[in-house]
Amino acid sequence: ISTLVLAEHEGGCIKSSSISSIEAANSLGENNSISMLLAGSGSSLQEAATHAASCHPSVSQVLVADSDKLKYPLAEAWAKLVEMVQNAGVYSHILAASGSFGKNILPRAAALLDVSPITDVIAISGSHQFVRPIYAGNALSTVRYTGEPPCMLSIRSTSFPVPSETRSSAAPISQVDLSTFGGGTLNKARFVKLTSQDSERPDLGNARIVVTGGRALKSAENFKMLEKLAEKLGAAVGATRAAVDAGFVPNELQIGQTGKIVAPDLYMAFGVSGAIQHLAGIRDSKVIVAVNKDPDAPIFQVADYGLVGDLFEIIPELQEKLPEKT
Amino acid sequence: MKIMVAIKRVVDYAVKIRVKPDKTGVETKNVKMSMNPFCEIAIEEALRIKEAGLASEVVAVSMGPAQCVDTLRTGLAMGADRAIHVESNHHLYPLNVAKLLKALVDVEKPGLLLLGKQIAEFEEWDGDIDFSSLFEKLAIDDDCNQTGQMVAGLLNWPQGTFASKEKQTVTVDREVDEGIETLCLDLPAVITTDLRLNQPRYATLPNIMKAKSKPIKKVTPNELNVQIRSDIEVVEVTEPPKRKAGVILSSVDELIDKLKNEARVI
Repeated sequence: ISTLVLAEHEGGCIKSSSISSIEAANSLGENNSISMLLAGSGSSLQEAATHAASCHPSVSQVLVADSDKLKYPLAEAWAKLVEMVQNAGVYSHILAASGSFGKNILPRAAALLDVSPITDVIAISGSHQFVRPIYAGNALSTVRYTGEPPCMLSIRSTSFPVPSETRSSAAPISQVDLSTFGGGTLNKARFVKLTSQDSERPDLGNARIVVTGGRALKSAENFKMLEKLAEKLGAAVGATRAAVDAGFVPNELQIGQTGKIVAPDLYMAFGVSGAIQHLAGIRDSKVIVAVNKDPDAPIFQVADYGLVGDLFEIIPELQEKLPEKT
Repeated sequence: MKIMVAIKRVVDYAVKIRVKPDKTGVETKNVKMSMNPFCEIAIEEALRIKEAGLASEVVAVSMGPAQCVDTLRTGLAMGADRAIHVESNHHLYPLNVAKLLKALVDVEKPGLLLLGKQIAEFEEWDGDIDFSSLFEKLAIDDDCNQTGQMVAGLLNWPQGTFASKEKQTVTVDREVDEGIETLCLDLPAVITTDLRLNQPRYATLPNIMKAKSKPIKKVTPNELNVQIRSDIEVVEVTEPPKRKAGVILSSVDELIDKLKNEARVI
């Protein structure tokens, strides 16, 4: 078997979700030659390639597609690129993390290659058998891929934690020949801008501690209490869909079935009732703490530690009594 | 311009999903079915574009067993002008659906193809944990969120996924992990709709009556020259492992102590 991993990079580094994809590729079977595909343009791409070459012990080679046409992660260009690289390398598997990048690109590339992709894989048992959650995580489906290669998978990075070891000697880096890359569709979609909240705090997907607020926080102003608490803990801040819909915080903080899936060491939920779609996004957290004034809130059925009480008293008390982060 | 909207019949969000004892799937017999809430948003958006004078016709399409007609009638009652039902009793995977949609687009030549983002969520829906949002296995896709991207690839059209706000120029704001990405797309294009795009209207009784006489055309995959192929085999469907409830503590001090000395996470 040979695997192509579609990797995302930012600021000259490979994203940890892409390193998780390599970890997942590793469990497809023995003697798997794993190639990472990076695209973009300029010096940050070359820096990312250097990082890619040593980011995981199982990387066999790094393929770099350097072009202005690939400056932004647009599905139109990326899908074409994947099709081209697949036709040149004939991989048995193509993997990407199931973030917004992978979810956008993988299906389009699969359609071009005339195969059915399998999304949101959480476990791999053999080269062609996978487990994925269905019905908002209320059931797990084990599926076998019986189609033609490549077998295309998007993987949940929280299910494939990144190992601490890196590759001791860097894997070879080669440039993808883009002389035939281009064509009509590439200009049909144009990147305009990316609007994001700049934040000093750790990224939600990778944070060791996540502090989340629900609708019970009542206002954007009150969410600042949580942000202060997160600062003290070195935690990321998340929110329920209700809190996002109410406009307390921006969309990208949403945790749950249609938001982000997280699996931190410590998950603290304040004023979160625990709807099943939210729980689907936190199920794999190691320790869950719930603070809610309703003792019957469903969140207590999954929390390791629960506190029944007024969060407007408990948050300041925690803020005061928690030890400084080390 | 014509707008085509693909809609899907799914298990109603209020139904608690049950895994069949023989592990072959989830129970869909005698279960209430409804239109996927994301598809309602797609229809609503199409109707608003038409009402703004930017489109002349809204065509709703659905694929699957005979009962899909009920879902199409709902779309017609909301205001779609006519409907197309691709009748198939096979399990339709996203690649099949994408190919069927491409074939329909080749016939109908719409300027815009709208689809609901195929994941629904009804978090904190009046706090009832049993409320969930689900998909019928026979319909467009099950939590796959692939069809829009696939059909756009087949058509060589640009795609705007997870649109949360669209403007007349088909500038699309899409939610990405890092924030909101704005793209400008040439028409024709495929756009998949996300939850916060709009608030779908209710079908009024007069419109429900009117919908009964609107045309629903029936076609088969054969007539569209699409072969239904299955690349994926379901081995088993099981219930996810449950988390156990922990302990209720009495004070913040106790919590900090537990986190520090028992769980050792701070």
